[in-house]
Amino acid sequence: MTSTTPVNEVPAAIALRDVTKHFGAVHAVDGVSLSVRRGELFGLIGHNGAGKSTLFKMMLGLLPVSSGEIAIAGASVRGRDFRAARRQIGYLPEHLALYDNLSGIETLRFFAKLKGADLSGCAPLLERLGLAAAAKRPVREYSKGMRQRLGFAQALLGAPQVLFLDEPSNGLDPAAIREFYAILHELRDQGVTVLITSHILAELQERVDRLAIMVSGRVQALGSVPELREQQDMPLHILLRLPPSALELLRSCLAAVPGLSLSAVAGQPGQQLVSCPRPAKMAVLAALAPLGDLLLDLQIQEPSLEDVFFGLRTPPPDLPLRVRPPEGGEEARERPFASSGGPHA
Amino acid sequence: MPDIEWRQLATLAGKEFRDRMRNRWVLAVALVFTVFSLVITYFGAAQQGQLGPRSIEFTIASLVSLVIYLIPLIALLLGFDAIVGERERGSLDLLLALPITRLELLLGKYLGLAAALTLSTVIGFALDGLLLFRQFGWPGLYHYLGFVFSSVLLGLAFLSLALLISVLTRERTKASGLAIALWFGLVLVFDLLMLGLLVASGGEFGGQALAYLLLLNPTDIFRILNVFSLDQVRSLYGLASIVPPALANPWLMGGAMLAWIAAPLALATWRFRS
Repeated sequence: MTSTTPVNEVPAAIALRDVTKHFGAVHAVDGVSLSVRRGELFGLIGHNGAGKSTLFKMMLGLLPVSSGEIAIAGASVRGRDFRAARRQIGYLPEHLALYDNLSGIETLRFFAKLKGADLSGCAPLLERLGLAAAAKRPVREYSKGMRQRLGFAQALLGAPQVLFLDEPSNGLDPAAIREFYAILHELRDQGVTVLITSHILAELQERVDRLAIMVSGRVQALGSVPELREQQDMPLHILLRLPPSALELLRSCLAAVPGLSLSAVAGQPGQQLVSCPRPAKMAVLAALAPLGDLLLDLQIQEPSLEDVFFGLRTPPPDLPLRVRPPEGGEEARERPFASSGGPHA
Repeated sequence: MPDIEWRQLATLAGKEFRDRMRNRWVLAVALVFTVFSLVITYFGAAQQGQLGPRSIEFTIASLVSLVIYLIPLIALLLGFDAIVGERERGSLDLLLALPITRLELLLGKYLGLAAALTLSTVIGFALDGLLLFRQFGWPGLYHYLGFVFSSVLLGLAFLSLALLISVLTRERTKASGLAIALWFGLVLVFDLLMLGLLVASGGEFGGQALAYLLLLNPTDIFRILNVFSLDQVRSLYGLASIVPPALANPWLMGGAMLAWIAAPLALATWRFRS
């Protein structure tokens, strides 16, 4: 599945148009089109080998595309104006490696100089990320969490308009993760676009505005978490607690609602799980009304992002990347853009 | 004209240089040069029953051997992980996502490391130069400065080769192995091979053209540069007898040394950018 927002119509912070990357016969990224709006917190998830990292590297200009176009903050990261484009970018890699012999403040100054950022902004950034006390200590003495925070500070240098964060909460404790996302939301409110990947789906579920799920080099699903639930047509689960004597009454109450199933929760006597189509939610609740005080508790359980993710027909993580079949043998797929993109500069 | 921002170049070079200053690499290498050069200067003629420098020519001839063994090794060890190290640690992507070009990164690293190597070489030979100046005056110092300058060029040539290795390899262990193999090849094996060919063919193999093969080895260029500038010591080297007069031109040899600096660096740049 691909976005249907043409790159040229909406001023997107990140715009990908039919981007493909192949390594020989292996198509690591296969016709991805995506438009991430300014001020959007966007998640990118997928199995290992789904093409996330390759896509990330192409967006950062680290890898050339085989075909298609990428624009970050309206410019190409590999074109003539690549410096201006990259000054709009902040990047925190998954495997962050900093220079052990530099102190925290020296690290930031080094990256600030290369980014053309104001050096006077380094100390306040360290302060903001709770590293002021360790500013003059060499990075080799930093814990993993401190390194990650320093890496995040480095990404924020120069007030970038687009942030690329690859597994950013690696090594952070729960309090630091909460603080980290608070900063991200603050930045989002200021119009900064954030593209984030994480293997911890629960972490993204409540925090991103939209996300894309990649499978075998393609964007398989795209939207907000509620939209993805709708797209997947995932059943709603309603957990009920009631005395065993009320079970027959429950069955008779729900008999009138079509398309639902009722099952006992293993190891939890007195608990019943109702699975129903999402549009039937209100009908189920209305049908439960005759139970009155017999209904001791009721919990509506929305499918989690993890449920959505695994609900897709995704290959197991260790399957090899998709190999393009011979010309003409491939199924037709949606082409959201009128013209096909030429090779990227 | 390549797209180069000098400010970026200076930032990258400055970091590399400061790293080597901070971890006392420059100091350590300078100390090694100082100790070895003083020992060779004072005890180099001990076999002839003499202590102290015999003449500036023979002192430099002794120091040439030291430099040929030591500087290529130090330069290769200094530069072999410049790029592959960043790649293996994972910091290369972070650097390349910044508003810098690959050319700036490579040149910046080279210039920073070259500055550290040059400084340590100059400091390392400074004390010996001072003592030789007191002994032999300005003419002695003139020869000695030429020797130090050519030593710096030799170091830069091997540093350039080290960066090429660093760009071509994907693992630090392979890069270090290749660097050591290159040192063995150019410092130990190449001359033996040449002499072997010459002896095996009864001096007829290749004729005068064989001498030009010496240009394929920067250590031989360095040796010729220093040996041919000193009349008294030409005869010390077996190769001196087969070296044609054209190779005695210091400008030609200097140019060849500069080519050994530029060519591997250009190749590394081409490979790194592609």
